[in-house]
Amino acid sequence: MSTARALRIFRRSDAGLLKRLHQGAAHRLFSSSESPSASASASTHTTINAAAANSKSRTWDEHRLSSDQLQFRDLASEFAQRELMPFAAEWDERKYFPVEVLRSAAKLGFGGVFCGHDVGGSQLTRADGVVIFEALAYGDVSATAFLTIHNMCAAIIENYGTEEQRQLLLPGLTSMEVLASYCLTEPSSGSDAASLQTTAHQEEGSTDYILNGEKAFISGGGVSDIYLVMARTGDPGPKGISCFFVEKDTQGLSFGRQEAKLGWRNQPTASVILENVRIPERNMIGREGQGFSIAMAALDGGRINIASCSIGGAQFCLDAAQEYVSSRKQFGKAIIDFQNTQFKLADMLTSVQASRSLVANAATALDSKSPWATASAAMAKRFATDACYNVCNDALQLHGGYGYLKDYTVERYVRDLRVHTILEGTNEIMRMVISRHMTKSQS
Amino acid sequence: MKIMVAVKRVIDYAVKIRVKPDKSGVETANVKMSMNPFCEIALEEALRLREAGHASEVLVVSMGGAQCSDTLRTALAMGADRAIHVSTSHSLFPLTVAKLLQALATSEKPNILLLGKQAIDDDANQAGQMVAGLLQWPQGTFASKVQMDKEAVGSVTVEREVDGGLETVKLQLPAVITTDLRLNQPRYATLPNIMKAKKKTITQITPEQLGVQITSDLEILEVFEPPKRKAGVIVASVDELLDKLKNEAHVI
Repeated sequence: MSTARALRIFRRSDAGLLKRLHQGAAHRLFSSSESPSASASASTHTTINAAAANSKSRTWDEHRLSSDQLQFRDLASEFAQRELMPFAAEWDERKYFPVEVLRSAAKLGFGGVFCGHDVGGSQLTRADGVVIFEALAYGDVSATAFLTIHNMCAAIIENYGTEEQRQLLLPGLTSMEVLASYCLTEPSSGSDAASLQTTAHQEEGSTDYILNGEKAFISGGGVSDIYLVMARTGDPGPKGISCFFVEKDTQGLSFGRQEAKLGWRNQPTASVILENVRIPERNMIGREGQGFSIAMAALDGGRINIASCSIGGAQFCLDAAQEYVSSRKQFGKAIIDFQNTQFKLADMLTSVQASRSLVANAATALDSKSPWATASAAMAKRFATDACYNVCNDALQLHGGYGYLKDYTVERYVRDLRVHTILEGTNEIMRMVISRHMTKSQS
Repeated sequence: MKIMVAVKRVIDYAVKIRVKPDKSGVETANVKMSMNPFCEIALEEALRLREAGHASEVLVVSMGGAQCSDTLRTALAMGADRAIHVSTSHSLFPLTVAKLLQALATSEKPNILLLGKQAIDDDANQAGQMVAGLLQWPQGTFASKVQMDKEAVGSVTVEREVDGGLETVKLQLPAVITTDLRLNQPRYATLPNIMKAKKKTITQITPEQLGVQITSDLEILEVFEPPKRKAGVIVASVDELLDKLKNEAHVI
């Protein structure tokens, strides 16, 4: 009798310890004590239940993933659930930028997903990236989004940099010892990106460039070490723009105050101000006048990545909502037993699956350098960011009053996803891109 | 020195288990499977011993159907050097597993056989002890610390978690060690290592080739859920509490 009892107690304590150990021992920034704060314990509730639900929902698209991609997804998913999910609420609350967690993600190969092995990259495809970023975003959309922007910058250097620039910059970027920011938007030029006014002039007798201007809403602004700046070296319009990299400590480079945002709160966002910033000629990436097409090509990948983040976030909210409505009882039964709830969940899952299919299609189009890649990426971004934001919002509604509370986590995903319909090209601009491709292909 | 690690593919620890309607077992269709957490810890310890220079090869083995290769590939991605898949569709119970491990250990001749202390599906906690008995090797079970000295070649020191506290034993090699939860925190595979693992070998072998006959010495009669938690009872006095603890719950 006593042996059986001892074994029962032994097993129960193992199970509890197993779950606690699985919550990322390496990065306990605020949860160092045995008794977590109130918000952490509620998010623990969501974490464990969502983990169980997620392990069920993962079978939805397994048939079309390669065995490698399934392994990538397992790895990203495990990392997200142990290292991101338990801490994301505190990071959002305290506006804490988890650089050390991003660096440990980089150790697993997430810092340079599309960069070559020789510079510490993982040399994977866009299709692989979609799987990885969706799984990471399930745990924390904002941290994953920063990771994708950093990867977009690394990919610019990988694809357009000289061998010297690759060797100089990428080892630091792939390990995330060095962080990078993408600087295109300005206070007066967002959607009309080609009208940007930051200038890069050469003086008589020097090959250096002097940069003057201001960039707005820059993710990583003030914290990143490398800034990829699109500046005007020539005539007005897209063909007069070139791409440069500027290091953080360069004289004349300064930053606005950190923006107070609705979401993406664990990421720094600030203006980047260039006042007679002098950089050598070798800091130009690609050819003079190629900057705008570099920026746009980078956004093809960036849009697919952001859409993947939206999908990961929406899947989490859908799982959380399903869990909630299965246990919440009103009018004598669980609210999942009402047909309206069932239909709502069915529509939500269909939206997420449709988003996944569009994004996967765009990724393979980009990988195969299809002439439709840009339009496909625009369609995927436009659709997925809209649809997935609505899924998160619907999930909040399904939670009733609890959905409005930070403890129930879904509201953070709503806030984080809200910006995905805006950045990397507004969804209105996506429609411009798509219709332009349609008319171009007709003529 | 060669280390052999036995790993088992089980239902993921986070999954909500459902019993099949016919009570013959647990629902495994469309359910996420993973490497047994204690096996992950065993593999991690083996990798650390290799990284510390005590071992030159980490060989990982698993037994069962075709899907074992998923678990073995994960093990290779974590850093194991090569893998052996004992291919069989029979259900395997601890004694059979021990006999297969005995056959593998006899042919591969590892210096250390590392296993998780138990699998989270059957909680048997038998295979490690049984294979040590069959091989006549010393065993250090429930290991919470494993130490090898460069000086004390030919032995390993294992700190074990026992009911009374911690016990330290020194084992002459070759030895069997089963791992407990607090031994280490397993590493993640990395994206590059997942790709590199594709070049590592997984050798297929059958029980017949190992000379082991699989007998079903155990038969599962029924699997059912534990009784649903009943409402508590408010007791009026300490005496009533003691009476209930003694005569109803039988815990004192």
